[in-house]
Amino acid sequence: MDSTITNLTVFVLAVFVGYHVVWNVTPALHTPLMSVTNAISSVIIVGAILASGSTNSRVGVLLGTIAVALASVNTFGGFLVSLRMLEMFKRKEPEPKPAAAKHQPPTVH
Amino acid sequence: MTANEVALCYLVASILFILALRGLSHPRTARRGNLLGMVGMALAIVTTFAITNRIDMARLGIGIGAVIGLIVSRRVQMTQMPELVAAMHSLVGLAAVLIAFAVVNDPSAFNLEVPIPRGNRLELFAGTFIGAVTFSGSIIAFGKLAGLGKYSRLFSSAPVVFKAQHVVNLLIALSMVGAGIVFVASPPEGQWTPFGAMTATAFLLGILTIIPIGGADMPVVISMLNSYSGWAAAGIGFSLNNSMLIIAGSLVGSSGAILSYIMCRAMNRSFFSVILGGFGAAEGAVASGGQQKAVKSGSAEDVAFLLGNADSVIIVPGYGLAVGRAQHATKEMADKLTKKGVNVRYAIHPVAGRMPGHMNVLLAEAEVPYDQVFEMEDINADFGSADIAFVLGANDVVNPLAEQPGSPIYGMPILEAHKAHTVVVNKRSMAAGYAGVDNPLFYMDKTMMVFGDAKKVIEEIVKALE
Repeated sequence: MDSTITNLTVFVLAVFVGYHVVWNVTPALHTPLMSVTNAISSVIIVGAILASGSTNSRVGVLLGTIAVALASVNTFGGFLVSLRMLEMFKRKEPEPKPAAAKHQPPTVH
Repeated sequence: MTANEVALCYLVASILFILALRGLSHPRTARRGNLLGMVGMALAIVTTFAITNRIDMARLGIGIGAVIGLIVSRRVQMTQMPELVAAMHSLVGLAAVLIAFAVVNDPSAFNLEVPIPRGNRLELFAGTFIGAVTFSGSIIAFGKLAGLGKYSRLFSSAPVVFKAQHVVNLLIALSMVGAGIVFVASPPEGQWTPFGAMTATAFLLGILTIIPIGGADMPVVISMLNSYSGWAAAGIGFSLNNSMLIIAGSLVGSSGAILSYIMCRAMNRSFFSVILGGFGAAEGAVASGGQQKAVKSGSAEDVAFLLGNADSVIIVPGYGLAVGRAQHATKEMADKLTKKGVNVRYAIHPVAGRMPGHMNVLLAEAEVPYDQVFEMEDINADFGSADIAFVLGANDVVNPLAEQPGSPIYGMPILEAHKAHTVVVNKRSMAAGYAGVDNPLFYMDKTMMVFGDAKKVIEEIVKALE
């Protein structure tokens, strides 16, 4: 079997998974969704590392290293800014139910 | 590491990425999801290090990127999230283009045959052009969102339109595809010219497709570019035969596509009408030519009096809240009202602001409890029984004309603020909304306008409430 067909199989299945997972994301978290997906798309750094470390020409190393740096901004920036946003969504969770309600099961909205 | 071990590590990383998105289904699990995403990315990078000859330069690159990413993620204001996201999309796009150039330059380093087989060339072509369009398009989107219109017309938040625009774009797109086909068919000696030409036209195309799209359509554009950045990564994954890149790229691609769809649905516009752009450029002139109608305007003290005597208030935040950075003041006002026994809730329209979920993040930053924040379909029925709908810098999303056949925004789902007993609207001026359509809500007998910067007005209200 041709590798392109294998790739296509993986691709189509991944699109399906993405479709079903993303429809479940709550609209309130759509901005963090964008920053998380942004961070995930920086996985392209894998190709950049190969370019910077395995090519045998200066041009290739240079292109690869720049690409690594660009993708790395996204990796760190994307995940960390998501973390910062999600902290904001978290810290006010206990507020609606004051101390007395502590032992009750959490209410589902 | 053997090739099988590498593939297994990549598989685990892919699953962690899926779980990261899965976690976002609820604020409670979202942080854990984000953490799993980080672990997945770390695994992907460490695994790749293990199969790379030299990692010194890559480590340098990661170090530089990490420092920049760290600083940016700490310094950025929540109101600036749309421009940050746009900027980050552009980085992924550019990285994809650079990697593609490195692949064409030395295919053997990526375990590809030399010369590169036709199939891989086709995939390289796709990955490169999507990456290039993502890069230049995101730069334009960034400029528009960051308000760089004063430096260049390219970044104007108003649509930039010119004669025969669509024909020009089509010709450029065709020549890009033509150059791509030549690249796929050409022998290795002659590959650089078509490859370079294809990349250059793709950059141009990215610029030209985004300039005609105006400010309030940005939620669609930014989602679309999010999607593109994913497809670009997937394209590179195809050309490198790397399943993890394909999986991660497809997740991101479909996520962006779904967000674009949700945004378009919330404006009742087709994706193509948004992408073709120019909305609000022509109609604006017509609408502002109408006769002056009388509005009732009041002071912050008047509003404070109304709010203080109400039983229930629904706040409708819009882009004006983000521009005025009024989220903290709004929370303070809401707290004062809650103490007086007023039931305060927030109603969020899906396209309020400049990106999906923009308002939710601002309110979260101000520590508004999220059980007070409601999506459109969950709160629309409650406007009828609310004493006051307080519209804060929103316009088109509360325009009752959307319910009238024949209006340019007919069919757009709106927050039914006009059904509240009294409507208070804060706006900077009487300018028409983005759609260029006048808003009858402002002229209703039960509506009180309070003009001025959102933050200043609300701070005055807070003072008056004391």
